Amino acid sequence: MTVTAPIGLSDLRSFLHGLPGVDKVGVEARAAALGTRSVKAGSKAKAIDLAIRMVDLTTLEGADTPGKVRALCAKGRHPDPGDPSCPPVAAICVYPAMAGVAHAALAGSGVHLASVATAFPSGQAPLEVRLADTRAAVEAGADEIDMVISRGAFLAGDYTRVFEEIVAVKQACGSAHLKVILETGELATYDNVRRASWLAMLAGADFIKTSTGKVAVNATLPITLVMLEAVRDFRERHGRQIGVKPAGGIKNTKDAIKYLVLINETAGDDWLDPAWFRFGASSLLNDLLMQRTKLTTGHYSGPDYFTLD
Amino acid sequence: MPKSSKAVAVAENARLTVRKTYKLYIGGKFPRSESGRTYLVDGDNVALASRKDARDAVVAARAAQSGWAGATAYNRGQVLYRVAEMVEARRAEFTALGVPAGELDAAVDRWVWYAGWSDKIAQVAGGANPVAGPFFNISAPEPTGVVAVVAPAGLLGLVSVIAPAVVTGNTTVVLAADPQIAITLAEVLATSDVPGGVVNILTGRYAETAPWLAAHADVNALDLTGVEHAELAAELERAAAGTLKRVIRPPDGGIDLSADPGLKPMTALLETKTVWHPKGY
Repeated sequence: MTVTAPIGLSDLRSFLHGLPGVDKVGVEARAAALGTRSVKAGSKAKAIDLAIRMVDLTTLEGADTPGKVRALCAKGRHPDPGDPSCPPVAAICVYPAMAGVAHAALAGSGVHLASVATAFPSGQAPLEVRLADTRAAVEAGADEIDMVISRGAFLAGDYTRVFEEIVAVKQACGSAHLKVILETGELATYDNVRRASWLAMLAGADFIKTSTGKVAVNATLPITLVMLEAVRDFRERHGRQIGVKPAGGIKNTKDAIKYLVLINETAGDDWLDPAWFRFGASSLLNDLLMQRTKLTTGHYSGPDYFTLD
Repeated sequence: MPKSSKAVAVAENARLTVRKTYKLYIGGKFPRSESGRTYLVDGDNVALASRKDARDAVVAARAAQSGWAGATAYNRGQVLYRVAEMVEARRAEFTALGVPAGELDAAVDRWVWYAGWSDKIAQVAGGANPVAGPFFNISAPEPTGVVAVVAPAGLLGLVSVIAPAVVTGNTTVVLAADPQIAITLAEVLATSDVPGGVVNILTGRYAETAPWLAAHADVNALDLTGVEHAELAAELERAAAGTLKRVIRPPDGGIDLSADPGLKPMTALLETKTVWHPKGY
């Protein structure tokens, strides 16, 4: 399978630098204004269930064990074991070494298995190693691959190299979905976020993802807004829909609902679906479950009633 | 001309006084009610707490609990002693709010009395147990956790429910009866090295907020000492049963604040942990 660029590689630089600049003050004000929307009662219940279905429940620690990954998979299948009406999460996200364990634990559940690859989180390894990493994750059963781009190459202006690497990883993925992590916390400007988004989409990404969760600045509302504008404009221009995944730092239901409002107002409700929007998170799920329990029981819930992950 | 006469009137008043709004005390800060509501008490503007303020206060109390319980008993005692110092320093302010001198003395004395218990309660409420086997068997009291309190009126009433709860390492969400006195006490706490969130004070109608705290799954105990209506107290106790909270019932015939409180107010909010350890190895 080959991925053909909709534009020639020689045009890449001029195309990316020809994208309109991002109005920093405007995008931040817009994100802040949308964050003040109040979502209550029945709408809130629906928003919470949708957010649960969008969670990529993640564990990316050096201390991950097969037991911990199996426990997380069990939680992903039945986030609230006491309430069968609670939907499962979208996917479990692990390191490639844990993909086999997670694949067995998720068999038949419909929950996707995402694996980070390509020398996550830095991406600072030879391309061959990163491709082998990707193939290993796919062979172990991952049907979604979260790759990191070479931020160093991107920041140095070597867009062609970043483009070709994404194309190569996409090929190594085979039928698995490819999520491209831009690591926006290291891209410094909104203009770079917009350029990196377009670069990844042109190279064949199925999803663009904000962050690894391993640096100081993770997903923020304004950055996600810029990326949602990019996927909206990309679909208009090329007819292909790309998903968006903010990751890192989204800890509570209030934050999650702000993102849902942002999607609806920016990219449109086509993206209000786990196939096109995901939350990369770990602690978010428990807060969603607590809020869900509050709505079903009528009293406030507490963390003692949910598992520690 | 009216303009100039107005200017003269202002000059005669010398200055405009800054009117105080009594706000809530949550997580070491003094926010207004999330609902934006206020009400008048003796001419003062006072925040009227909502259920969301109660929720926020529980979050703050929970966040502060492990740190406060983890501090050494000696340190907790020092901090509470400091509170007594600061109440002494603000005597004039409490007096202006109508707290009689006798009650003020009693409140400071009671606070100091409880502060002294911080490193002694474990010896009285716990200890080594004789067992039929080669084991050390030790019982140690631990704080129950987050305690929601409906406080009785007055400064002494507040001290009589807050001090016994926090001295052992619990954190509290207090629904106060006298807003100005309670928030003045909060100003004392905020300047006494008491970590933010250990004591949270809400003013307003407890009949509105207490049911939310009684049913809240992240609250471990409910002190109903200040509840005056038997029916409401019973209703709150039933709500608390849903999550197996410790409940302190309001005393029959109202609380006698002048009586020796004894150890019960402290021991009611302690859980006993017993450890077995093999001997002789």
